Amino acid sequence: MEERSPGMGLEKALGDSLMLTKLEDAINWCRKNSLFPMPMGISCCAIEMMAFAGPRFDSSRFGSEVFRFSPRQADVMIVAGTTTYKMARVVRKIYDQMPDPKWVIAMGACTSSGGMYRTYSVVQGIDQFLPVDLYVAGCPPRPDNLLHALMTLQQKIQRRESKGSTLGLVGEFPHHKPKSPIVA
Amino acid sequence: METATHDIPRKTRILQALEDQNTSVSFVDPLENDVILNMGPQHPATHGVLRLLVRLDGETVTGCVPEVGYLHRGYEKLAENCTYHEFIPHTDRLDYLSPLANNVAYVLAVEKLLGIEAPPRAQYLRTIIAELARISSHLMMMGSIGMDVGALTVWMWTFREREKLYDIFELLVGARFTTSYTRIGGLAHDMTPEAEKMIRAFIDEFPANLEESEKLINKNRIFIERTDGVGVISREEAIDLGVTGPCLRACGVNQDLRRTNPYLVYDRLDFDVAVFDGGDSLARYYVRLQEMKESQKIVIQLLDKIPKGEIHALKPKKVLPRKERVYTRMEELIHDFMIVNFGVDPPVGEIYHAVEASKGELGFYFYSNGDGHPWRMKIRSPSFVNIQALPAMLRNVMISDVVAIIGSLDPVMGEADK
Amino acid sequence: MNVRTLEKLNKQFGSSVLESSEFRGELTVVVPADKIVEVCRFLKEDPDLRFDLLADLFGLDMYTPVKRFGVVYNLYSLKNHHRIRIKTFVEENHPHVQTVTGVWSTANWHERETFDMFGIIFDGHPDLRRIYMPDEFEHHPLRKDFPLMGIPGSLYLPKK
Repeated sequence: MEERSPGMGLEKALGDSLMLTKLEDAINWCRKNSLFPMPMGISCCAIEMMAFAGPRFDSSRFGSEVFRFSPRQADVMIVAGTTTYKMARVVRKIYDQMPDPKWVIAMGACTSSGGMYRTYSVVQGIDQFLPVDLYVAGCPPRPDNLLHALMTLQQKIQRRESKGSTLGLVGEFPHHKPKSPIVA
Repeated sequence: METATHDIPRKTRILQALEDQNTSVSFVDPLENDVILNMGPQHPATHGVLRLLVRLDGETVTGCVPEVGYLHRGYEKLAENCTYHEFIPHTDRLDYLSPLANNVAYVLAVEKLLGIEAPPRAQYLRTIIAELARISSHLMMMGSIGMDVGALTVWMWTFREREKLYDIFELLVGARFTTSYTRIGGLAHDMTPEAEKMIRAFIDEFPANLEESEKLINKNRIFIERTDGVGVISREEAIDLGVTGPCLRACGVNQDLRRTNPYLVYDRLDFDVAVFDGGDSLARYYVRLQEMKESQKIVIQLLDKIPKGEIHALKPKKVLPRKERVYTRMEELIHDFMIVNFGVDPPVGEIYHAVEASKGELGFYFYSNGDGHPWRMKIRSPSFVNIQALPAMLRNVMISDVVAIIGSLDPVMGEADK
Repeated sequence: MNVRTLEKLNKQFGSSVLESSEFRGELTVVVPADKIVEVCRFLKEDPDLRFDLLADLFGLDMYTPVKRFGVVYNLYSLKNHHRIRIKTFVEENHPHVQTVTGVWSTANWHERETFDMFGIIFDGHPDLRRIYMPDEFEHHPLRKDFPLMGIPGSLYLPKK
């Protein structure tokens, strides 16, 4: 919808009741405006994430209506809090259970790079075991910062980018390569 | 039917511990098996990353083993490599629902070690922020116990109150959440008249706002039936298990460090200690509700009595000197350099100091060998010990009560796992 | 109150009280490792002292060739609102101490944490497992010879 539609004159003829666009763009528009986050709230950043869902910085007006705690029903995983080695297995397992397409937001300094904890038990950045799409800076990031991250992620989705998954169109298996037609 | 001969994986030790535990309930069960349920570290209702392995017979819990350590960040080893000042931001992240209270607790312990005392205005201000932090933490507990039993509105409304508190903290300290406000020997900076006005406005309208949220659940039959008589722990058991804080006061034990071993200015204030009988979840909820009202009374008294004065003690080698003196005088420059790079100058010895944080007795132990870095620092975290009492509370309850009980216990994993 | 406690301990245990010191108003008493359960039980059950709350139990690595590890017990009396600290020291090659879970049940998790962080083994403990680090971890982090950043490869990380 942001891109110009080919000027076929059809829109002028039929007015506002018709929009012309690519299928990809339409589907990505739907995806970006209904991102259900899976809050992997581990420590202090989880409190700011709860404030992000709370009444003041309302995330549901951006399409994230509910926080789905089940990975099978979520699109984006917001990892909020220090990830230790003991917890890393759990986070990876839950990431693997999310269906495609999926995105990961690394919230806060601890998930981006280990934060202020250079110790024996903290993983220095979750990108060591997860493909991360967005890093949010702050310790903890303000909820406005997280809202901005959500909006940036929405722009990324519109541009058809995802680090960890292959975005297929609805009805198309992402790993399936269609056979070339037999030309006799 | 063919059975596959694959290797049965070796039982993990925690599973073995659960199966070895004595079960107090025996059922005559025609099916003769019980389910082991893993309420894993990622769960909507366990507060933070707490893992519970629960053994169920139908819907009744017959045994439970909690597992902690999913947030173990190595604080005590980190403290051995930081100077006493450098550790203050780390204390924010311990009980991350009331960060100011942890700052105050840590700095009081270090000042006890150094043998110095902050000036009166700093002490009054520290008491005010400790009580505001207590209100913030208990509001969160009220919201989450409401959410755990299903009343989501309470959570939304208490979060609205907490946002007002966050605005106060932002004006007073500079940060909403991880504040690091206190310094050894005083505070980082003074309270402006604007901040004082904001605190006064919040505290004056707090009882009315609290009553609004209270009215939703206090007399609600569903809430009372879900929490009354659920998760009972007896008085002797609570003392034996080392439980402190609101959970102990809900068993009828009149123990509050602000009254029995007063610190800061609590001995000059008039407030009651909330003690309820029963030891169940409803009593724990009522204790915290009453404590919020007492904290409100305390802050009003403090705001009227706060003296004028400075907020930094003047002890050259132990307290960071004021910045304007650092830039103009030689001695202060040298002291600033030494304290920032090599740490304050403590004597050799060991101390333990505990305060009444919102979850219980938060204590810091220091073993100092004269160096600017502590040789050993131990944090006595109340949530760690309170979670240990969970198997005793979860005897013969239903699986859905587990969530309400954890909510009433109010553990914070950042503190429990250090 | 400190004087009274020390007098009672000396009267009851005599030579077992190895040393005692007072710093900033707190009394610290060192006892030998084999007498620790008796001392704790006496302090808990004496009708006058009644130290019924075990506030804290943890280890201490002195990093000396002799008597390297210490175990520290912080006790609190709900009746007298008073604290006392008991310490005991063990050798590096035989770090065994009797457990006090029979006296206070809260010692269970504290002793597990001390075992996890220092490697001090508590004889008679019902369930001595690691509590903070994963079960397969082989080192004891709070010992002074363990580096802050950890030993690479000692903890499992999933593949990307």
